Amino acid sequence: MRKIVLAISLSIFIAFLIAAALLLHPFGYPPSQMDDYIIENTQRETGANSAVTAVVFDYRGFDTLGEATILFTAVTGVIMLFRKKKME
Amino acid sequence: MSKIVRTISNILILFIFIYGLYIIMHGHLTPGGGFQGGAVVASGIALLIVAFGSQNIHKSLKEHHLSTLESSGALIFIGLAFGGIATVFFYNFLVGSPVFGHIPPSGPNAGDIWTGGMIPLMNLAVGLKVFAGLSAILLVMALATSMTEMDE
Repeated sequence: MRKIVLAISLSIFIAFLIAAALLLHPFGYPPSQMDDYIIENTQRETGANSAVTAVVFDYRGFDTLGEATILFTAVTGVIMLFRKKKME
Repeated sequence: MSKIVRTISNILILFIFIYGLYIIMHGHLTPGGGFQGGAVVASGIALLIVAFGSQNIHKSLKEHHLSTLESSGALIFIGLAFGGIATVFFYNFLVGSPVFGHIPPSGPNAGDIWTGGMIPLMNLAVGLKVFAGLSAILLVMALATSMTEMDE
């Protein structure tokens, strides 16, 4: 029974993999116009030469805020885990 | 560690810190930024901990100071994000202003440090935050392992 379930789920997974490989866009022709917009306008709008940094800190600042929150939570958890025990 | 390791790390730590600061400050011109530069500076702290031992480092670098630095970095970041709230959250309100306000010409150019609006300031805030956070994790873990070694 377990082997049958495993075989069915694996075949569905492989079917999705093959479908994704066949539906890929050709190289150099991305599906959206967003990257062209960023490449053309990032220097005028943000003043930064590095478009990657402009995306990370300006266009998608919310994403960076989430990353900073993740790091903050990780540090808080580690410090709480390794805190010194009070001597009785 | 031996005296050779301590002497060499005393010399190398300066270059590691300067390289990390360079990556943070040039985040808007070259690949890199706050996260990467902060990780480089924190790796310098890791070198210090390995070379001198966590107990000696802990005499001058307390984890609650690092925690305060990290929180202040996060607060600067969110404050800068709120600075552009008149238009929209995370609006780059410093482009064209006297602070980091130059606008570079379009296309490839050598770059100017005084550009980018609030992006260099945010890079500094995130770099401070990542450096302090990773250093606090390293220091606390190294202290915990050295404590258990002494107990045994």
